[in-house]
Amino acid sequence: MSLTRSPLDSWLPRVPLGAWTEAAVDWATATLGPFFDGVAAVVEALVRPLDDLLNGVPAVVVVLLLAGLGWWLRGWKFALGTAVGLGLVAGMPYWEETMSTLAQVLVASTLALLMAIPLGVLVAENKRASAVARPVLDLMQTMPAFVYLIPAIFFFGIGTVPGVLATLVFSMPPGVRLTELGLRQVDKEIVQAAESFGAPPWMVLLRTKLPLALPTIMTGVNQVIMLALSMVVIAGMVGAGGLGDVIMFALSQVEVGSGFEGGIAVVILAVVLDRLTDSAGDRFPSARAQRLAREAA
Amino acid sequence: MSALTVQSLYKIFGRRADEAVRRLADGRPRAEALAGLPATAAVIDASFEVRPGEIFVVMGLSGSGKSTLIRMLNGLLRPTRGSVRVDGVELTTLKPAALRKLRREKISMVFQHFALMPHRTVVENAGYALEVAGLPRADRRERAMDALRMVGLTEWADNLPHDLSGGMRQRVGLARALAAGTEILLMDEAFSALDPLIRREIQDQLLELQAELGKTIIFITHDLNEAMRLGDRIAVMRDGRIVQIGTAEEILTDPANDYVAQFVADVDRTRILTAASVMEKPQQVLDVNAGPRVAAKALRESQTSVVYVTGPMKKFLGTVTEDEVLRALREGRPHLDGYVSTERVRTVTADTSVADLFADCAQSQHPVAVLDGHDRLIGVIPRITLLSALAAATPDEPAPDQDQAELVARKGEPA
Repeated sequence: MSLTRSPLDSWLPRVPLGAWTEAAVDWATATLGPFFDGVAAVVEALVRPLDDLLNGVPAVVVVLLLAGLGWWLRGWKFALGTAVGLGLVAGMPYWEETMSTLAQVLVASTLALLMAIPLGVLVAENKRASAVARPVLDLMQTMPAFVYLIPAIFFFGIGTVPGVLATLVFSMPPGVRLTELGLRQVDKEIVQAAESFGAPPWMVLLRTKLPLALPTIMTGVNQVIMLALSMVVIAGMVGAGGLGDVIMFALSQVEVGSGFEGGIAVVILAVVLDRLTDSAGDRFPSARAQRLAREAA
Repeated sequence: MSALTVQSLYKIFGRRADEAVRRLADGRPRAEALAGLPATAAVIDASFEVRPGEIFVVMGLSGSGKSTLIRMLNGLLRPTRGSVRVDGVELTTLKPAALRKLRREKISMVFQHFALMPHRTVVENAGYALEVAGLPRADRRERAMDALRMVGLTEWADNLPHDLSGGMRQRVGLARALAAGTEILLMDEAFSALDPLIRREIQDQLLELQAELGKTIIFITHDLNEAMRLGDRIAVMRDGRIVQIGTAEEILTDPANDYVAQFVADVDRTRILTAASVMEKPQQVLDVNAGPRVAAKALRESQTSVVYVTGPMKKFLGTVTEDEVLRALREGRPHLDGYVSTERVRTVTADTSVADLFADCAQSQHPVAVLDGHDRLIGVIPRITLLSALAAATPDEPAPDQDQAELVARKGEPA
């Protein structure tokens, strides 16, 4: 709010966008209270047990499980890397927080994908929906991440729930976009072939378009998880717990050591999740077939 | 009764389609008619009938609207104006569900780039139409295998399309359409993506299958040779309009306009075929000093009605027909000299391209005479030879004789 407004600009109307937003949030808090309570309960019911589970079993079990998954998806080298990396995290004092963060990432990204993929299908099939969704997605993606935290606090108070929900909103756009892109990229002739034999739209979508779009959709899944991880740390600001808290505390106390430990834990978690989801996409028969076709071409 | 009838069909892309149709209706070229309109016309006033059991070829260069046209025949594209009737059913006004039913039961399609689903095995691809129709898995496989047997691919049934070569993939595409069991087959540039040798092979296979199954086939191509080889009748498209419909012979010998003539010419100039490469040995050649009796004997022996006459140094002089020989006999002349005519025969040089032979062939009553640099007769070209050569031969792939025989059998004698 600049006090030195040039006289030349005096004709410009003042736009109290901030005040409107506050009013809208106030109204939503007042009228939609029960709804938000319900949402909070659901998120809580998802995150808490997962967090308890991951922290309930010995760290060794988690490390071995993830390494085993890595072996299956990518081979022994990656499994070894996973074991060493997570072993390092387990050796640092923040294993518990790392597992909390993992639980939040998994819940937030799963919920985000449950919304993003159907929405992606809708916007791919419907031009008007696409025209509406595009600016909204742009807004969601470019809004500075922690702005989401403010209304989240209003609606849900302090804690894990606003953190997870702000994460969900922030990480959803690439899921929608890449689903749309994947579906639009499916070879038109193949879609026409399906249609030319009289296949109804749902069959074309489920048995032709989605299988062929799957590799791109899996890239979207990967992106959603990566964004969720980056946001979960920011969500530490609203007391979401996990590694975010560790890093926020280190920042406020200027503690280089614990800050670095928290940071490294995030990096290791990110690399493991990224590689795992990246290769999961290749395990679908359609992805394999298309990769083979590309290599042959 | 026709299998498929198209009447005054238009497809306009863009806005103000009605205005576009109105302007195009008087037959002006589309560039001129649509100047200033935010619309493009892909198909303009197309009308034709396809008879049951025939191969109807639509030929045109890219941008002539042929792919748009074929996609309106099964409703993949909605026509802007006009009518498409399949088996008496008007397709343009069908509701989506009824249109899908019609596609399942009456029309299937083969695509230029095969359009196989890469994540399904060959037999699953071949049985796709049956899956859509809701057949149980076992029946599906059985009928898909039957279709694969027709195209000779049973041992590849459980491979993915990726394992197959281009020609084999298109045979799967063909099997998929055949397995559907529909009467009408739409083939959109179906063989254009294949290399020439494979293309020939699969064309032969299609003709064989067609002889057996008698489907109604609408075949789109930009390749004149392919059109001539496959088509019972050919529609030539240009700039969205059908400019001529006729048999291969009609189109070659009697092009409706300069465009068709040029199209025929253009395609063939690229083929490098010359008169020398298609000519045959002249059956009866006599010296001008030979008597009419010799000529009569020669005619009788060769069962022809014309003798080619040469003069000194074997220079070609012209022809003598039965009538003239008879006249010479009646008038008791010792030589053919004086009866030799050049009116009924055209001459060309050995290096004349096949494309340039059409006019001569059409105007020459007798087989065209081919002369060398010294005007000596070295061969003749009957019309049927020219047509066979055109349809069967490409420069890098000399035509086996049996193909020519087949073609002659299929087309009959030219008019």
